[in-house]
Amino acid sequence: MSEKIATRVAYGQTLAELGKEYPNLVVLDADLSGSTQSAMFAKAFPERFYNMGIAEANMTGVAAGLAACGKMPFTNSFAMFATGRAYEQIRNSVAYPRLNVKIVGSHGGLSVGEDGATHQCIEDYALMRAIPNMAVLSPCDANEMRHAVRALVRYDGPAYLRLGRLAVDCVTDSLPGYEFHWGKGTLLREGSDVTVIATGMMVQMSLQAAETLAAEGISVRLIDMHTIKPLDHELVLKAALETRCIVTTEEHNVIGGLGSAVAEFLCEHCPTPVVRHGVYDQFGRSGKAQDVLAAFGLTPEGIAGQVRRAVKLKRP
Amino acid sequence: MDHTASHELAVTAAKARLLGMDMVHRAASGHIGGSLSAMDIVTTLYFRVMRVDPAKPQDPGRDRFVLSKGHCTPALYPMLALRGFFPVEELEQFRRIDGRLSGHPEMGETPGVDMSTGSLGQGISAAVGMALAGKADGADWRVYTLLGDGEIEEGQVWEAAMAAAKYHLDNLCAIVDVNGLQIDGATADVMPSEPLDKKFEAFNWNAIHVDGHDFNALEDAFAQAAACKGKPTVLLAKTVKGKGVAFMEHDAGWHGKAPNDEQYERARAELAAALAELEGKS
Repeated sequence: MSEKIATRVAYGQTLAELGKEYPNLVVLDADLSGSTQSAMFAKAFPERFYNMGIAEANMTGVAAGLAACGKMPFTNSFAMFATGRAYEQIRNSVAYPRLNVKIVGSHGGLSVGEDGATHQCIEDYALMRAIPNMAVLSPCDANEMRHAVRALVRYDGPAYLRLGRLAVDCVTDSLPGYEFHWGKGTLLREGSDVTVIATGMMVQMSLQAAETLAAEGISVRLIDMHTIKPLDHELVLKAALETRCIVTTEEHNVIGGLGSAVAEFLCEHCPTPVVRHGVYDQFGRSGKAQDVLAAFGLTPEGIAGQVRRAVKLKRP
Repeated sequence: MDHTASHELAVTAAKARLLGMDMVHRAASGHIGGSLSAMDIVTTLYFRVMRVDPAKPQDPGRDRFVLSKGHCTPALYPMLALRGFFPVEELEQFRRIDGRLSGHPEMGETPGVDMSTGSLGQGISAAVGMALAGKADGADWRVYTLLGDGEIEEGQVWEAAMAAAKYHLDNLCAIVDVNGLQIDGATADVMPSEPLDKKFEAFNWNAIHVDGHDFNALEDAFAQAAACKGKPTVLLAKTVKGKGVAFMEHDAGWHGKAPNDEQYERARAELAAALAELEGKS
């Protein structure tokens, strides 16, 4: 755990670094460049940065036009507006023609905190995952984010990337031989009783939960699922066969996101108890980020509670 | 434009109207009213204004066309076919599952289509993006986008209009097909949008009124648009919905309806007679 840094900051730094390497990289923002961290790219490459004002629908369509002429646009806003306000533009102008546009949603989930429910997007994975041709990425820490952004520029096609607001511990940089593979989850911890599949900053919380549970004699396998779509079917199937119960955890509604993706796959290929941890189909509320997360059970304790439940659901 | 050139455009548009009518009748669906109103504009663009090469539909140096009123494929597809992007016979596959001529335009599917459209208000944003790319590369190609006067009720159109003015996109020319009708009736009743010129001018656009059925006037207007520097231009093209078929003209009911066999025969007879008369004059 070498550094505590928000994934949005690592994103902004990496994007600015990649500007030199990729002359066709262009960046668009909707008047939130300081928050989304696209301002770093704007400073380094002002001629390739377009501030489109508070108009996410147009920003997304403009990105489609830029991509149709060979540019590689990254659009930036809060996750709520990037995917919510511009949903249909993403579907019809970007994903349908399979244009090389990256939609970047910062401040995803409840950890937005004080701004409250209107800004706490808990539906972005679901919205983006349901669109054909779209990939969905949600890295957990700065190290993984840097890898993910580099993977994104190498990927020719539409994709959604979620960034977090809070500074979080870096956990993947201490993994021996860590590599980021598109569409492949990362095994963070071996375990035999239950598998926790986590994404975003729930990964760090799951590591803490696993420690607590180990002390209780529950051996937790932990998968960091940075790519929600395409889902790593092979890794999920192996976990289901070997640990025979699964807990998913995400800073997102339990409807439509990672938990749904895992449950949908397993119920068709290897019926296994899947307990979904996340936001239970309710809007967030205003408050300090840690207080909001705690109020909604998005904590190591909340995860541990669902793990104990899942273990009891295991079939003999 | 000399008389011969103008006459040739009229003949081409008359042929395209027949082809468009055939397409919609055969498919038993499609948007004929707005296609007939836009036909002379699209003809002028593809046969007189735009720099395109049917042999190289992906040529990076080509002018781009975005049919923002994407439902008017019965105007676009006949034009692309007559211009040589694909065989005219292929128009029979319009809206067919085994064809490549979707109800709304699909880039990568139909040769000559530069952007997938259909959801109103989105095409103009893509056109702005293309024009931005052209500016960024110092390219000399231009971008044209055709909107409906009902379509501009979409807020996204005005977001795009602001952005085009901000970036001084004088390589962008929008055309509004002002036929005054939309699905539910007159635009003046459904959602009044006039004065369009003052609206676009207030968004820092150059606005030009033009008769959307006068080839000479259209060509002049496109030339004025190309000559206007520092800001985008919009042509407010006054048109008649259903133009060329007496019983379809000025009738919102023909927005998205296909004629039955009897109506088709009447429409075809009128369009064929108009074409024959034009060809007799040449």
